[in-house]
Amino acid sequence: MTLLTMIEAINLTLKKEMERDERIILLGEDIGKNGGVFRATDGLQAAFGPERVVDTPIAESAIVGAAVGMAARGLRPVAEIQFFGFIYEAMDQMASQAARLRFRSGGRLSAPMVIRAPFGGGVKTPELHSDSLEGLFLHSPGLKVVMPSSPYDAKGLLTAAIRENDPVLFLEPMKLYRAFKQEVPEHDYLIELGKANVVKQGEDLTIITWGPTVPLVRQVAEQWEQQNISIEVVDLRTISPIDEDTVLESAKKTGRVIIVHEAVKTGGPGAEISALINEKALFYLSAPILRVTGFDTPYPVPSVEDDWLPNAQRISQSIQEVLAH
Amino acid sequence: MWIEPNERKVERIQFLNENGKLIGSMPEVSDEELVSLYKWMVLARVFDQRALKLQRQGRIGTYAPLSGQEAAQIGSASALAPQDWIYPSYREGAACFVHGFPMKNFFLYTMGHLSGSDAEGAHVFPVQIIIAAQCLHAVGGAWASKYKKENSVSVAYLGDGGTSEGDFHEAMNFAGVYQLPMVFFVQNNQWAISVPVGKQTSSKTIVQKALAYGMAGVQVDGNDVLAVYMTMKQALDRARKGEPVLIEAVTYRQGPHTTADDPTKYRDGSDVETWLAKDPLKRIKLFLFEKGIWNEALEEQEYAKAEHTVSEAFEQAVNTPKSNVKELFDLVYEQKSSQLAEQQQSLASEEVWK
Repeated sequence: MTLLTMIEAINLTLKKEMERDERIILLGEDIGKNGGVFRATDGLQAAFGPERVVDTPIAESAIVGAAVGMAARGLRPVAEIQFFGFIYEAMDQMASQAARLRFRSGGRLSAPMVIRAPFGGGVKTPELHSDSLEGLFLHSPGLKVVMPSSPYDAKGLLTAAIRENDPVLFLEPMKLYRAFKQEVPEHDYLIELGKANVVKQGEDLTIITWGPTVPLVRQVAEQWEQQNISIEVVDLRTISPIDEDTVLESAKKTGRVIIVHEAVKTGGPGAEISALINEKALFYLSAPILRVTGFDTPYPVPSVEDDWLPNAQRISQSIQEVLAH
Repeated sequence: MWIEPNERKVERIQFLNENGKLIGSMPEVSDEELVSLYKWMVLARVFDQRALKLQRQGRIGTYAPLSGQEAAQIGSASALAPQDWIYPSYREGAACFVHGFPMKNFFLYTMGHLSGSDAEGAHVFPVQIIIAAQCLHAVGGAWASKYKKENSVSVAYLGDGGTSEGDFHEAMNFAGVYQLPMVFFVQNNQWAISVPVGKQTSSKTIVQKALAYGMAGVQVDGNDVLAVYMTMKQALDRARKGEPVLIEAVTYRQGPHTTADDPTKYRDGSDVETWLAKDPLKRIKLFLFEKGIWNEALEEQEYAKAEHTVSEAFEQAVNTPKSNVKELFDLVYEQKSSQLAEQQQSLASEEVWK
């Protein structure tokens, strides 16, 4: 067992998987000698050579499109988009090409590939870097969308993502890259995609969240515990597909649900989860489902981002509101 | 020193003139190859005209005709080795047939059947609708071939309109940077729906775009099947050695963009007349007659055979069981999610009420 940060866990996973399977090729901007702008691929080019860890020209559509072509011909590309805010450049290759190759070829071809991207707020990036756009891909059949919230999860989920036979978008909360260390086994383990993790059991209220807001929500839940309010925290881990069973079970148990995400509110993943609970567990609810999310504005400039992102105060306000019913 | 646009002289490769006369010396090509090229062109023409008719009769859906481009497609695809791959756009049926794509499935595609893009093992990627998106898949395919040492060239087929897309330029750039075994085969058919090539780019030629990506290129008379065939052979040799190539085949879309479009709205009849005189089938046919390896009897026989082949393919398509909406759910992921399973199930129960 070693104590690792999330970025170290990701680096270790890529190394282990590349040792295991020589069909795995990494491609992306500045991932070679520089080891990626966050050092996710640090040392990998030295270890595996420039043919397996490839610095690409700055062209997101080409990175994803080439990965589709590679995957269809028997490689297992793991591509990095330097910041998730740049993904619009590759929107067609993601949503119309990677996502649909299996479908469009009548099941004959597939695109087993991983697109990794740092995302989310809290690190004061310049504009257009920090957007949480996972909802766009939740809305794109054919993709899986995975969002780890801890070093341990990052390794197990990334290993599973790389071994998937369908394209996986793997979103890494940059705020958590070096936020804390955790024991991460060196040995092979997988965390099944599409399965949520109940990170804290509770009875009075469920908070559903994922990625960067998981530690925040846990912290808030623990504070409320001192006032004898028992909050269940569900880390979705995979937002596409959503683990309906875990979500519904928890909603039925507590009867009160809040969804916390950094993505903007309207049309966000929270709306989908809320609709799901409405469809299948409405009569177990004692209060309206609330969302604590980014606001419906473009992702803000760094000087105000802390006030824009979901924070402990806003979450606690919503908890009070839900408990009042 | 300034460099100026369009200062480089581009010489178009041509072996046969409009009247089927050989210009210069005869390239190294056997009579069998010549006849085979022509037979494929006849089949392509017959297929195209039938598809057009079937669409008018409402028996197939929207179709993008290829008449006028037979030499470009047959000449290029006939030069491929079995291990090579085609990444086609939607007007490349003829090239795909040569490389093993079943004609039946092309009909199924136009009929809106789920297996319309199933190449059944032929090295043909699904028809691409998003203009130039396939160029990047060809890049990835060529990259995989290089990495796995498969000796396979990836050929991206696109039109003049496709060269305006970002994906084309990104693909050219990647192919150049990584020296991939790739051919970009541009059929400059003069029109992208209603916009002429002169409004698509201010480059005098499309082939000159190769230079910007550190790539070799060649412009060929796309209505001269012999020129296309010989040029493609050279291109494939270069690509196989890891030198990507851009080919501009200058040709003409004799028909509409698709069956949903009326070209008389945007182009002159005289334009069409000029190009009909340069018809690709006429040229090679005259040459074969002149050479004494083709005659009217063979011609008649070949057209009859082509009609039969096309009829058979269409029959097969018609007799293929229709796609069922329930099949969709099994084609999205390797294993369907609980949501997909539930939606699929819900369809089954809805049928009870019908």
